[in-house]
Amino acid sequence: MKELSLNILDIVQNSIRAEAAEISIMINESLSGDLYQIIIKDNGRGIPDEILRNVTDPFVTTRTKRRMGLGLSLLKYHAELTGGAMEIISNVGKGTEVIVNFSFSHIDRQPLGDIAGILVILMASNQDINFIYTHKTEYGEYRFSSEETKEYLEVAALNEMNLLEEIGWMIGENLKEIKVSGFELRERNRVIL
Amino acid sequence: MSKITSLADLKKRREELKSGLDIRVKAIDPESVVQVKVAMATCGIASGAKTVMEFFLEQLERRNVEAVVTQTGCMGYCYAEPTIEVKLPGQDPVVFGFVDLKRADQIIEKYIKTGELVDGIIPVNYQTIDLKE
Repeated sequence: MKELSLNILDIVQNSIRAEAAEISIMINESLSGDLYQIIIKDNGRGIPDEILRNVTDPFVTTRTKRRMGLGLSLLKYHAELTGGAMEIISNVGKGTEVIVNFSFSHIDRQPLGDIAGILVILMASNQDINFIYTHKTEYGEYRFSSEETKEYLEVAALNEMNLLEEIGWMIGENLKEIKVSGFELRERNRVIL
Repeated sequence: MSKITSLADLKKRREELKSGLDIRVKAIDPESVVQVKVAMATCGIASGAKTVMEFFLEQLERRNVEAVVTQTGCMGYCYAEPTIEVKLPGQDPVVFGFVDLKRADQIIEKYIKTGELVDGIIPVNYQTIDLKE
């Protein structure tokens, strides 16, 4: 995976499978502290201790269709490449928190990529989950919550693609505002093929 | 188009658009519309499932196809990612592998609109895999 946002999409799938009702994605950028931190927190069913111990082993998965689970191990690898680390805190019945620290300035730290597009995909296919996205940089902080957006717009679900696309652009404009590093906003009305 | 930077802008724009657009109520019964499932596990994401999913979300809406696009886990065809499963109403699901944007376009234009099969079909046997477990 070439972008951190794709890794985030992958890790969030675990939270979705754990039947989380609220998934929060936090990114903290600190150039002065040379830290790029991603925190993914959910209120799903949590990971039992015996699985948690081996969760970053690529040959451990709770799936039955195949015997490998690469998502967490891949992200851990990417973090360690930059001199960072990954930590997973999980309580059965309460939820799981994945904290990944990267060295901000390391050449192997991938760019963020199209995080706005990732949020749009997640919201489009998981209407019942509240996604909260917080991004902190040295220029400010931006917070987005799909539940709050629904309430503000007085809509029952975010299922219209036009609306979701606009939400994506809105997130993008706000991220540009706080000068998010490595963020790539997909151009509007891109001509395909 | 003016920039949308806050929820207030978004709401204003919704209100402007409302008059011009007929608001489509999504069918509640997914069985009566086209269902597209994009496999989105590590293998899928790494080979470009995000772009494929965005394409289906946007283009089905733009081409006025009543459809539900969702994501699913790994179907076990990691070698053929990105894979998608398309279920036309009243028919058995068909799994397509190696889906890039060109093939995604063919799937919409040929398979979804006219029922004509296109390249890249993976002979489906995952029902039998389930039984074996």
